[in-house]
Amino acid sequence: MAPDTKHLEMTLETQVESVNLAEEMCLRVAEAAGFGEDDCYRIGMSVREGVINAFHYGNQERPEKKIHLAVDLTSDKMIIHVLDEGTGFKLSEVADPLAEENLLSTSGRGIFLMRAFMDEFDVVPGKTGGAEIVMSKKLPAPGSSSPNGDGGQSAAPHQGA
Amino acid sequence: MATVDKAPRRIREHRGTKMALHATHRDAGTVTVVDLSGRITLGDGSALLRKTVRGLLDDQRMRILLNLADVDYIDSSGIGELVSAFTTVKNRNGNLKLLHLTKKVRDLLQITKLFTVFDVYTDEGTAIRSFD
Repeated sequence: MAPDTKHLEMTLETQVESVNLAEEMCLRVAEAAGFGEDDCYRIGMSVREGVINAFHYGNQERPEKKIHLAVDLTSDKMIIHVLDEGTGFKLSEVADPLAEENLLSTSGRGIFLMRAFMDEFDVVPGKTGGAEIVMSKKLPAPGSSSPNGDGGQSAAPHQGA
Repeated sequence: MATVDKAPRRIREHRGTKMALHATHRDAGTVTVVDLSGRITLGDGSALLRKTVRGLLDDQRMRILLNLADVDYIDSSGIGELVSAFTTVKNRNGNLKLLHLTKKVRDLLQITKLFTVFDVYTDEGTAIRSFD
């Protein structure tokens, strides 16, 4: 880890409340790092989706399992890790929620949203098993954004990311 | 590092625990308008939407217009619940439509290709007449 990297991590229970808690914590970091309102929305949503994925698909909602959340703030980006204690999965096996046959599915859009909202997104095998979501957002250039959000960007996510 | 209390108001509004979903409904002829406010997210928000729609169907109210003017945040669970409500009503030979999407909700429905699945309106009168 680079010496100027700030690192924060927390272990969350496998419960619904952890989703809001993770979002709240990451939003505080994002705001302090200078992200504007639209990027905070994207980051918060992506963290929610990552933890929902760990809660529901990874840990199968089993309360004895934990969700591990870590945030690295480097000189140029905010990196978020969400690790579950499940059996892992491959991105290539995730169904496309935009396919005609999946449009009316009631689930399966979380990965798509994280990919759309973040600059970088990947899923890797966790060091102790499970799946680790790694996603990042570039820090705003100095003077390009303000903490209360008028960064000059649309709230629309990056389509096709 | 910023604290919750010192955070700018517009960013503070994103935060999860402050914006629980509320739902009330009213009759407009044969159409039931459901006014929703808050966030439709995993947990209580999605559950309340499900309970509200199923309660209306149990009362034989098959024409449902969801007013989302005050819904500023939906996650994937909330999107799934909207789809579930839509298909549940359809399967009972009813119709569920959406009214007054906020920009964020509209953007979400567009990138998930659901904007064309739902009937979406910006005017309540037009939306109500569309059920006839």
